[in-house]
Amino acid sequence: MSAPRKRLISAKAGERILAIAGWSAVWLVVAFIILPAVVVGISAFNDRAILSFPPQAWSTRWFARAFSYRDFSEGFRNGLIITAFASSIALVVGAGFAFALDRYSFRGKMALEAVLTSPLVIPHFTIGLGFLILAAQIHATRTFALVIVCHVVLVLPFVMRSVYVSLRNLDSRLELAAASLGARPGRALFTVTLPLLIPGLFSGWLFAAILSFNEFTASLFVTAQATQTLPVAMYNYVREYADPTLAALSVIYIVVTALVLTIANAFLGLGKVLNVEHVR
Amino acid sequence: MNKRPFLALFVAPATLAAIASAAALAAILQYAFRAYVPGSLNPGGLTLDNFFALLRPLYAQVFIQTVWICLLTALITLVVAYPLAYALVRTRNVTLKSFLLITAVTPLFLGEVVRTYSWIIVLGNTGFINSVLKGLGLIDRPIQMMFTTFGVVTALVHVTLPVMVIMLSAALSHIDRDYEKAATSLGAGPVKAFLTVTLPLSMPGVVAGVSTAFAWTFSAFATPQMIGGGKVSMISTLVYQLGFASFNFPFAAALSVTGLALTFAVLAMAKQAIKPLEKIGAH
Repeated sequence: MSAPRKRLISAKAGERILAIAGWSAVWLVVAFIILPAVVVGISAFNDRAILSFPPQAWSTRWFARAFSYRDFSEGFRNGLIITAFASSIALVVGAGFAFALDRYSFRGKMALEAVLTSPLVIPHFTIGLGFLILAAQIHATRTFALVIVCHVVLVLPFVMRSVYVSLRNLDSRLELAAASLGARPGRALFTVTLPLLIPGLFSGWLFAAILSFNEFTASLFVTAQATQTLPVAMYNYVREYADPTLAALSVIYIVVTALVLTIANAFLGLGKVLNVEHVR
Repeated sequence: MNKRPFLALFVAPATLAAIASAAALAAILQYAFRAYVPGSLNPGGLTLDNFFALLRPLYAQVFIQTVWICLLTALITLVVAYPLAYALVRTRNVTLKSFLLITAVTPLFLGEVVRTYSWIIVLGNTGFINSVLKGLGLIDRPIQMMFTTFGVVTALVHVTLPVMVIMLSAALSHIDRDYEKAATSLGAGPVKAFLTVTLPLSMPGVVAGVSTAFAWTFSAFATPQMIGGGKVSMISTLVYQLGFASFNFPFAAALSVTGLALTFAVLAMAKQAIKPLEKIGAH
């Protein structure tokens, strides 16, 4: 445990106790966050078909079942299709709008922004129910297109914010320099602005992709058996079976997500991306 | 020369997305005022019955319980998240900072199902907590935590924690540390400096965090559904049940609309509360 260095030097007993108490609280919270992941990790290797603690015998057979269970592999495949479309469409739509938001003033700007960021505060079950009713009203069936449109709406605010923040941090003199050297607006956009925005675009796309792939509540409303995503398949599994297959799948989930975020942190600086994510 | 090159190109797709999202909300709003025709998926004529039905004790009670769970979750999350956010912003150790950040943020991206499932194994009658307590000889019979408000709130605190940490860290990282240094140089101890300087300056973040946690808890479905198991109902679980068990979509829509109004009211109140708080930090 490392107390801040400054405090160690000033070394008053009271401050030491305070620092220890503070750090104990921090590590307790960390333990609270990690506890379910650790417990699910242990349960995944439990040989018995009923979830009980602590495991008496060990096995990796639930991992094999997680990989061979059809609904999971289909859910994974459906999820990839939906995520690929939803996050890419959201990237194009969100980046374009963030650019317009940053650079131009136009009629209906505030209203459009309000509508597009509203999914941040509208419950997902409401959005899911809305798209389900909408589909029924226009006599559409629950196809991939419906799920994709729903996901685009849900992840758009995250892409917009990520791109908007990188646009704000962009040195606009570089664009002026390009223009003064004779570049037309289109050329300046593609050779100067866009390359400088790549980190912001990528982090926006990555967040959108992770959120779309893991989205559950709205997906439960708008998916059908043929379009169900992995989280929906997992939810349906828990309702039918009580064995640790889902624990095994959860372990894979947790490991992959933590890895992706650690890599993203190393390359993109997660703190920078998230620090600005407060509502004003 | 065109002063706004590509404006239409940039705004048109966003307008389409906004229309889709507005259409979905309009669809709910319209269904909320339509009559339920048992046995049919198509709604009947215009009516206000759905909203009157909300006043029945059974549904009013779910509303009260939902608000209670949201409040409890938001406040407990605040208390749990604050030390972590404080350490995250103030530590100079880069590795520790990254570790705390990844630990705090990873659950946000895991989705509700994985996290709720994990909590079932922690809270269940043959789960982690009961096994440990039994192993230590502290209890004979398992403590019932599944299907209780306690269990639901515990898991919900875990679900809303990342957002709270992000919002509090954002607020804390924007505080000018010179204020604290001024306080300590004027003789305030660290506790007094925190209580009179840092904490008040972080209040906009606290209010924003609590109101967002409230909205997120309100939005949560998998957690109350799986851990509440029908014994602890929230508006979200009721909406799903009405839609997919009784196919009463008009009533589900009315419930959603009322819930949405409640969320917006809470967020608007929080916005009003933040205004004077931000003035404190402004000078």
